Amino acid sequence: MTSPTPLHFHVPEPASRPGGKPDFSGVSIPKAGSVRRPPVDVPPEEIRDLAYSIIRVLNHEGRAIGPWVPDLSQDELVAGLRHMMTLRTFDARMQMAQRQGKTSFYMQHTGEEAVSCAFRIALGPDDMNFPTYRQAGLLIAHDYPLVDMMCQIYSNANDPMKGRQLPVFYSSRKHGFFSISGNLATQFVQAVGWAMASAIKGDNRIAAAWIGDGSTAESDFHAALVFASTYKAPVVLNVVNNQWAISTFQGIARGGSGTFAARGLGFGIPALRVDGNDYLATYAVAKWAIERARLNLGPTLIEYVTYRAGAHSTSDDPSAYRPKHESEEWPLGDPVIRLKQHLITAGAWSEERHKQAEAEILADVIAAQKEAESFGTLHSGSKPSARDIFEDVYAELPPHLRRQRQQIGV
Amino acid sequence: MTMIEAIRSALDVSMGRNDDVVVYGEDVGFFGGVFRCTQGLQQKYGVSRCFDAPISECGIVGTAIGMAAYGLRPCVELQFADYMYPAYDQIVSEAARLRYRSAGDFTCPLVIRMPTGGGIFGGQTHSQSPEALFTHVAGLKTVVPSNPHDAKGLLIAAIEDPDPVIFLEPKRLYNGPFDGHHDRPVTAWARHELSEVPEGHYTTPLGKAVTRRAGEAVTILAYGTMVHVALAAVEETGVDAEVIDLRTLLPLDLETIAASVARTGRCIVLHEATLTSGFGAELTALVQEHCFYHLEAPVMRVTGWDTPYPHAQEWDYFPGPVRLGQALRDIVEAS
Repeated sequence: MTSPTPLHFHVPEPASRPGGKPDFSGVSIPKAGSVRRPPVDVPPEEIRDLAYSIIRVLNHEGRAIGPWVPDLSQDELVAGLRHMMTLRTFDARMQMAQRQGKTSFYMQHTGEEAVSCAFRIALGPDDMNFPTYRQAGLLIAHDYPLVDMMCQIYSNANDPMKGRQLPVFYSSRKHGFFSISGNLATQFVQAVGWAMASAIKGDNRIAAAWIGDGSTAESDFHAALVFASTYKAPVVLNVVNNQWAISTFQGIARGGSGTFAARGLGFGIPALRVDGNDYLATYAVAKWAIERARLNLGPTLIEYVTYRAGAHSTSDDPSAYRPKHESEEWPLGDPVIRLKQHLITAGAWSEERHKQAEAEILADVIAAQKEAESFGTLHSGSKPSARDIFEDVYAELPPHLRRQRQQIGV
Repeated sequence: MTMIEAIRSALDVSMGRNDDVVVYGEDVGFFGGVFRCTQGLQQKYGVSRCFDAPISECGIVGTAIGMAAYGLRPCVELQFADYMYPAYDQIVSEAARLRYRSAGDFTCPLVIRMPTGGGIFGGQTHSQSPEALFTHVAGLKTVVPSNPHDAKGLLIAAIEDPDPVIFLEPKRLYNGPFDGHHDRPVTAWARHELSEVPEGHYTTPLGKAVTRRAGEAVTILAYGTMVHVALAAVEETGVDAEVIDLRTLLPLDLETIAASVARTGRCIVLHEATLTSGFGAELTALVQEHCFYHLEAPVMRVTGWDTPYPHAQEWDYFPGPVRLGQALRDIVEAS
């Protein structure tokens, strides 16, 4: 008998590290317009291949082609472009404000603007998102006031969260935006519960769950898929695969499953993979999944293939773990530039109008920032009352909290 | 009614009065729960109001939080408190803080029922008393009934409460009061006065303790099964102890506790859970903070040992009337 081969331990590694050449040769990208569009009531087993492909609408020239071209007017697309530009400008200003010491922390969306901005437009006004910290486009594309967002980031006296939450952890029931938690993945299964409740009540509102590639490894993700599958909950399960979970490349969470979308297949949940930097494709796929949910056909899992072009947060430095120019080599490009190009190609936009829009948006964001700062920033101006520490722990202040509040004399 | 019937009645009354009350958990639907607390509810209210859940405590509580945020009043069952740990993140980081972190924009009127405690030869995975893991968390209310009448009134109050409530049901009390004398014949609830339970709606307020026996020599603070152990030990030792049934651990009825200890000058804290960092530590600290100048002896704790809950040695572990009796004699002799 020959001696057995020693076992070896496998730890996946990204294609490239700092100092190396960016390498996306492993990301297989189908041609725009090449993936079929099945009817929304298609049996999930007939579209298993869509979990391994990438649905794309915009080609290299910026033309919209193929069966997934959505019915969005040019005005709607211009509005979508402005949403993404607003989010990018907002990010830049708030990133700078954090560097200036006006707040403790910030998280940008750079490169991922299309995902949340397009999804919000596809969703109904009364539906509910259970977002992560990187979907502020859901607020901006739904006309949530920039000033209120900034007051939250500054934790000032007008902060709707009363200074209790880290910057960017917004909440607005009115805008279909569930309170952000810093504990990853917890919201994913809550969205399924919200959707179950809507079905129990015979309502027609649906829920949207959001999660990043890294957090799909949490057990909450799997619980969400089980419950969504079992009860055919009217929910869209969104996985934003931006390639990086802080310093950990997506292969660590994905393991051997091929794609994140493929996670849905074992649960009998239709799973689509879409070019997350293509506003039109993202909108079209979201619309398809939302329609399925609305028609009582159950959940859909969508993987948005995108790239986190910026740092994870203001506390992160990507040059320590990935090649410096990796984001420039990302094969799906930049969502703002791609939609801009499309509109120019279609004759609905121009470089001049774009420059003008940039200037207008910057002026609006600066005006909002001035107004927000007039209410204070984290370390200066007026701030939420120490009394607010004790409110809202319970609907009514219990005796022990009353005693503690008395101790600090508020 | 037995405790099981009282809990079932509370669910029935709540579901009958409010369409937003939904009940689910493992084996809860068609079968009616492994302890039968939800028996007949699916048949009466339909599968969309009472249904079986996958074996995922994280999923059960996580979806319930989403339902509560939607506006329903879910009352979910975790089959044993020992199985709550996969749901703990959802309970601590989400349910407990949702009102606070959203400044009241979203709330979580949710009840999580779970059988707790030992006395049934359940070994380490069917006997735990994790109440201190809930009382330590800001934003939760924690309730432990000791009899059918309270169980029904407290459960209805919990379901009607605007905040998340952990409802711990001492499983050894489901079918009868239990005073810790495991070698004696089992007694049924039928002969106990607190098994007289009204059929209809009533509430027992959260945050209010009740004195089960008035006394002058020492105050015993107990909840759940231990209330019955305390009453038995007092009877057997002849020590004139006051027995307070806390009923709600948080918010705690400190007023009733402090008034009693100020009068008796002595205090024993009794619970099944492990000693170190147990809820008894909090009670002991509060008693010394609020009654220090009335105390004539150190506050004593009679609790489970700081070990996992054993199987064969259950009665060496369980803080029964013999151990409490010794503590009662010791504390009245101490000066």
